[in-house]
Amino acid sequence: MSEHAVLLDIQNLQTYFPITGGVFQKTVGHVHAVENVSFQIREQETFGLVGESGCGKSTTGRTLLRLIEPTAGEILFDGQDLRALSQDELRQKRRDMQLIFQNPYSSLNPRMSVRQLLEEPLQTHFSLSQKEMDEQVLWISQAVGIAPEQLSRYPHQFSGGQRQRISIARALITKPRFVVADEPVSALDVSIQAQILNLLLTLQKELKLSYLFISHDLNVVRHISNRIGVMYLGRIMEQGDTEAVYRNPLHPYTKALLSAIPKLDPLEEKSRIRLEGDVPSPADPPKGCPFHNRCANCMEVCRNVVPEERELEPGHFVSCHLYD
Amino acid sequence: MEHLLELRNLSIDLPRGKRQSPVKLVEGVDLTVRKKQNFGVVGESGCGKSITCSAIMGLLSYPLTVGAGSSIRFLKENGEELEITSLSPAELRKLRGKDISMIFQEPMTALDPMYTIEEQINETLRFHTSLSKPEMHEAALAMLKKVKIPRPEQILKDYPHHLSGGMLQRVMIAIALINNPRLLIADEPTTALDVTIQAQILDLMNELRESYDTSVIMITHDLGVIAETCEEVAVFYAGQVVEQASVEEIFRAAAHPYTAGLLKSVTSLGGEEKMLYTIQGAVPTAGNFGQGCRFADRCEYCESRCRESAPALTEISPGHLCRCWLHAPGKEAAQ
Repeated sequence: MSEHAVLLDIQNLQTYFPITGGVFQKTVGHVHAVENVSFQIREQETFGLVGESGCGKSTTGRTLLRLIEPTAGEILFDGQDLRALSQDELRQKRRDMQLIFQNPYSSLNPRMSVRQLLEEPLQTHFSLSQKEMDEQVLWISQAVGIAPEQLSRYPHQFSGGQRQRISIARALITKPRFVVADEPVSALDVSIQAQILNLLLTLQKELKLSYLFISHDLNVVRHISNRIGVMYLGRIMEQGDTEAVYRNPLHPYTKALLSAIPKLDPLEEKSRIRLEGDVPSPADPPKGCPFHNRCANCMEVCRNVVPEERELEPGHFVSCHLYD
Repeated sequence: MEHLLELRNLSIDLPRGKRQSPVKLVEGVDLTVRKKQNFGVVGESGCGKSITCSAIMGLLSYPLTVGAGSSIRFLKENGEELEITSLSPAELRKLRGKDISMIFQEPMTALDPMYTIEEQINETLRFHTSLSKPEMHEAALAMLKKVKIPRPEQILKDYPHHLSGGMLQRVMIAIALINNPRLLIADEPTTALDVTIQAQILDLMNELRESYDTSVIMITHDLGVIAETCEEVAVFYAGQVVEQASVEEIFRAAAHPYTAGLLKSVTSLGGEEKMLYTIQGAVPTAGNFGQGCRFADRCEYCESRCRESAPALTEISPGHLCRCWLHAPGKEAAQ
């Protein structure tokens, strides 16, 4: 994958949400949703973001499409700084960057037929004749496996897996180069998940797509991603090639997370690293390393200093004082 | 009756008006849960696993009814046998929370936001025991300690919104176990939780099971959770049990093509092959099952007889039941 050019370059991305309080709704603090996140996505590559709920992975995905305005940092898409674009220019750019949502039951307008749903992005981004639109709709519906005679139906007439196919078609009909897939299979049954994952992989090859794949399911992320980033409390704790991270996790949090996956073999010896307690609140993140109060290897320095990201193996980055 | 719970020929009907026969959402389910057993029920959404367990609790909601000829028998501590399908609402209330209790999927919505944790624990105690108020407080405190809740004195005074999902699920477990039930039904207890919290809750349940003499029915769609917690598994598909065996047997030698396919599609995740093994198509909807095997349309081994008549659940090796023509040559379904 390394021969491909960098498509998306994120540097020190920060997203804070204000907390207001008091009579005059003054800002009394900030939720540190995304804190100094840097990573790159190459062309035709899938970058997986994993982490527990509330760790900022969805906010990261939305911030880099500027659906949420970043507080600081750089988002370079194909060499162009997205933060410098005006709203109009950004709308133009969005045909190259699309989003697939988690829940296909709530992300499709129940009052629009599949054809209308698929035509809507074309009308927004291009000025095509009806004939050209029909061609596009037919092409994408075939690509995702929706039969042409189903195009006049409404979302409630489809199962969850079928609806997710419609969502994917809607995201891909503008022929984007980059797609943020935010938990695209979490709402689906196991046997349907595999079908959708295969579809995403096939389309990636056909349309030369890059994905940012957000999921809390560690097995799914391992399968689909070339590289992954493990997030905790708004920061990327470890990133690298998927197999390198899964075979040789370096950060104590990654180790604990991977050992928590239920094993499919009932006879396998279980050696689980137990994490005590819950994730701290991002409105009041702990001083120093965000993981220090749950970490088994916590040292004095961890309580006070945020660890720097360092490259331990080529392409494998870790933010942990153990490797200072 | 030597076992704790016996379901015989359980069916659950959805009435369709006077002229039409009801839709059978669950059909011909036979399950036996032994004392101190961890029993797993696995299947996709809509396969009937949750309503089967609601029927055990007598909690089927209108318009669902238990079909004619169904039997759910439960052995009480004093050796008395109960036929749950014929109990009155008052008798059922006495049973629930005392002999049989349940943990729900979403701890955030299963607790009442208007009451403190202590009041919600006490509700169960007040109904089934005659403890005084200080005694109830002691019991609640001891129970919270057993489910390893930090600062239990403080937590008792808190409201559900003060607590995280993992903590709330611990509270739910505390409420379910406080009367020392004989049977605990856990309906997807960790589905709404993160992996690290799921690991904590599964460990806790395994520990508690050893100190209580409780049998557990674990309903889940996650085969990994089954492998980690259960001894015996029943696989549901489209309202029927399609395979039942010990956990080792299911994971080592799954016989039904549906079970084998599910395992294959999960275990191929992260493997060398980029394309996943998939089961084609989707689960048929209740009422459109047709004559033959309900899995026939999605099955790669489907033959003509699979579409003509339904296979019966037969024992293919000691303790291993399977509903498939591949393993039951020449046997018609007992309809």
